[in-house]
Amino acid sequence: MNFDDLIQGFPDLTTTGLAQGSIYALVALGYTLVYGVLRLINFAHSEVFMFGTFAALWTWGLMGYDSNSARPDLGTALLLVLVSLVVASLFSGGVAMVVEAVAYRPLRKRNAPPLVFLISAIGASFVLAELMGAFTERRQQGIPGLLPGEPLFSAGGWTVYPLQLATVVVALAVMFALDWFVSKTRFGRGIRAVAQDADTAALMGVNKGRVIALVFLLGGLLAGVAAVFYSMKQGNTRFNVGFLMGLKAFSAAVLGGIGNLRGALVGGLLLGLVESYGAALFGSNWTNVIAFVVLLVLLMFRPTGLLGESLGRARA
Amino acid sequence: MTTETVKKQRWKLNLRDRFQDMPKPARIAAMVVFVVLLYLLPTKAFYENLGFPIPMGSGYLPLYTTGSDMAGVLFQCGYYILLALGLNVVLGYAGLLDLGFFGFFAVGAYTVALLTSPESKLITEYNWLESPWPWLLTVPIAIALAMLSGVLLGWPTLRLRGDYLAIVTLGFAEIIRIVAKNQDWILNGDRGIPSVGHPPGTWPDGEPIFELEFTPYYWLVLTVIIGVIFLIRNLANSRVGRAWVAIREDEDAAELMGVPTFKFKLWAFAIGAAIGGLSGSLWAGQANFVNSATFSLENSILVLAAVLLGGAGSIGGAILGGFLVIYLPEWLRSVGDVFGWPTQVQVGNIHIDVSPTSLRFVIFGALLIVVMIYRPQGLWPNRRRAAELKDRQKEVAPVE
Amino acid sequence: MSERKALLEVDNVTLRFGGVVALNQVDFTLYEGEILGLIGPNGAGKTTCFNAMTGVYLPTEGQIRFKGEQVSGKKRNQITKMGMARTFQNIRLFPEMTALENVLVGTDAHNTTSVPTALLRLPKHWREERQSKARALELLSFVGITGRSDDLARNLSYGDQRRLEIARALATNPSLLCLDEPAAGFNPAEKVALLELIKKIRDSGVTVLLIEHDMRLVMGVTDRIVVLEFGRKIAEGTPEEVRDNPKVVAAYLGVPDAA
Ligand SMILES: Nc1ncnc2c1ncn2[C@@H]1O[C@H](COP(=O)(O)OP(=O)(O)O)[C@@H](O)[C@H]1O
Ligand SMILES: [Mg+2]
Repeated sequence: MNFDDLIQGFPDLTTTGLAQGSIYALVALGYTLVYGVLRLINFAHSEVFMFGTFAALWTWGLMGYDSNSARPDLGTALLLVLVSLVVASLFSGGVAMVVEAVAYRPLRKRNAPPLVFLISAIGASFVLAELMGAFTERRQQGIPGLLPGEPLFSAGGWTVYPLQLATVVVALAVMFALDWFVSKTRFGRGIRAVAQDADTAALMGVNKGRVIALVFLLGGLLAGVAAVFYSMKQGNTRFNVGFLMGLKAFSAAVLGGIGNLRGALVGGLLLGLVESYGAALFGSNWTNVIAFVVLLVLLMFRPTGLLGESLGRARA
Repeated sequence: MTTETVKKQRWKLNLRDRFQDMPKPARIAAMVVFVVLLYLLPTKAFYENLGFPIPMGSGYLPLYTTGSDMAGVLFQCGYYILLALGLNVVLGYAGLLDLGFFGFFAVGAYTVALLTSPESKLITEYNWLESPWPWLLTVPIAIALAMLSGVLLGWPTLRLRGDYLAIVTLGFAEIIRIVAKNQDWILNGDRGIPSVGHPPGTWPDGEPIFELEFTPYYWLVLTVIIGVIFLIRNLANSRVGRAWVAIREDEDAAELMGVPTFKFKLWAFAIGAAIGGLSGSLWAGQANFVNSATFSLENSILVLAAVLLGGAGSIGGAILGGFLVIYLPEWLRSVGDVFGWPTQVQVGNIHIDVSPTSLRFVIFGALLIVVMIYRPQGLWPNRRRAAELKDRQKEVAPVE
Repeated sequence: MSERKALLEVDNVTLRFGGVVALNQVDFTLYEGEILGLIGPNGAGKTTCFNAMTGVYLPTEGQIRFKGEQVSGKKRNQITKMGMARTFQNIRLFPEMTALENVLVGTDAHNTTSVPTALLRLPKHWREERQSKARALELLSFVGITGRSDDLARNLSYGDQRRLEIARALATNPSLLCLDEPAAGFNPAEKVALLELIKKIRDSGVTVLLIEHDMRLVMGVTDRIVVLEFGRKIAEGTPEEVRDNPKVVAAYLGVPDAA
């Protein structure tokens, strides 16, 4: 174990962790939203995210930027990011709704047991990943560097990069928007009503089918945002990037209390930090193992997470 | 439901009933004939005559695989059937969704490779072994280690809810794979372990039986499958099998009726893992070379598809499913050759591999969804599910 | 009566679910060989009491002793093995198992065949199978469902399912049988038959704890009655004493409790 690295790099590790954690939080929200209303782990959500990374890649490609292009100036870069955010979210949101319509809705009509839902979701996840694999010849694809690579700010061993700042700011903004949407709008009330008690909500005239579709859409939109920042951070993507992201985001959701929106934020950030510190402590080879160990320990000792389950009861 | 489908279902059920109603000697004789045919299957003179005429092309559509060695395909079917039989114990009987099942296959294969290869680091670097062990001796060790890893994985996770169990087992298998891939210490990462030992035995002329030729491996795996079926049936028709099904049906009620649920769930994990490990050791005995790439997530899902496609909780279903997930894509490739199906299509400057064997993961992923929606009991449901189907028809009938 | 041996002692048990106090210092004793009725309006805490006894919930306070041994903290299957068996208010059979297999799961509570024995079909396996099967068939006819042993539990009629649950519980060879509203959904004729069955069970040497919210039903069969309301024990005594108790009358007529 390497405590020196941890102590010296602490400020930077914290920034990295928070940036990575906000991405986890965005994806975790997708799990939590669906779990909140359906009591179901949407296995295919990882693939919804993965499609977002490709949507971003293709958008930039169409706009003339691939991994060989030189870095654009700041204005162009911001424009590129903005466009890709819109396209990737819509794309991921669309994929999520298709998954819901194809793999879940027919089962809901048949009142299938939970195991059947889970297996159908696994099938959907698999189809999506493999389709993308076939379409991309299973190759890793480079992502162009867009935002300036120089530090935004550097003082006393603490460095912040533009991408990190952008990630955290956008992620927080999106999450506040979601919070507002769920707690203040009519649609949000519908979501909370279904989350609390689906049958009563239906009796009160809430259209359950529409609420569920909406929840998948929201989760997809957020995953698309996450996908854009993830791609820029990672510098590449591949048809199977969804798997590890899914596992980690799910861990984050469970960490905060699955079904609890604010829990997903807390869980995501916390997981990002733990991973970042852990990587310094044990070596970066173990990064992926850390999230998994966190998940395992958590499930064994506090399966309801830090903030507790339930979208219905959590006010947001 | 139309009367026609009802009639069709009834006919299917009757077929099963009719077999059951035959006198016992006749049933046994039929089974023996069937098993003999199975042993003959990789014989060219035999399988070349299987097929049916078609009105176009070469005029004859073979049932064997023209694109790859039939015996090789059958061997692959064999170890997938074993895997499916193992997962069927865990998922079909005890109702536990273990998505990391292929991990036990890996444990079995690596154990055999490490102990039988002269290039194993156990010999070359650590001097733990003097010389490679014979394959046969390592199989029980492989089974035992797979079992042990099943218990180690099950101990902390079997207290979890079903969906959490699925994610944790999935993550566990993937993490193990990543570790195996990235470390050089013993498993040799991507470079893997070559020169893995083969099963023993020589022909009368002194040539080894188990070499490059697939047929003997197929006979071996077929024999193992038959043995495993008997053992699983012994378990299924006993206190153990009843406990498993009771746990699947209603875990709380089972526990309140005196079933030590945790113990039997752990046993299900261990038995499944043992069969998975056995499958891995058979595969390694043929494959010659073992590395981390074999143990990808896709294979775990393929085994899952096999069990559910065939029918969870049914031995026949696991066999049918394990056979289909391997044979069907291979056969479709032969069919594609007959009809001129391309292996690649070009979209812009992207070459998409469209051969059925490459698309099989897409196909079976999609089939999982379709089966879950339209036939959750699988193609060859166990007796009870079939009965349930029958009842539903009765329930539906008067409404027409 | 007082010199009879105590089989089950519920000793000042309190059980809370968050804010709900489902059991509030409930205290009663069950003696060997009797039929004790546990009655009370819906939501009084009767089922919760069963759940605390059989290890489903841990009491927040108080103790439950069975045959002098503390029950709380023991595993559920161990409690069953100690000789306490139960049925469920909402039938919880194993729907995809046959009637016979359902009962066999009960007899298995005292069998010891595990994987090695079953795998190799050792003599113990055969012996236990033979004995269990004979016992299970006997129980099926004891509760009155002969001839349907190979039917799936889910296909039995409602009444047969209730009886099968009793057979399954008896199969664990209990000294105490707890029945949670076994007559729910029965017509009067079926209720009479059930009461006969309960007496037969008691006569075979099994102590019975019977939950029922229909008071008239329990009058004819129980030796003593404990009455719960809002998680509290409000009365205890012979059927006559309980019937004449004003608190019980008030609870059942829905009059606010004076005490
Ligand atoms: N698991 C639980 N969580 C929360 N409250 C419960 C739970 N089980 C029972 N209760 C509450 O405890 C009280 C007693 O319920 P119960 O024992 O089922 O009553 P009875 O069987 O007498 O009709 C009720 O108010 C019920 O809502
Ligand atoms: Mg009750």
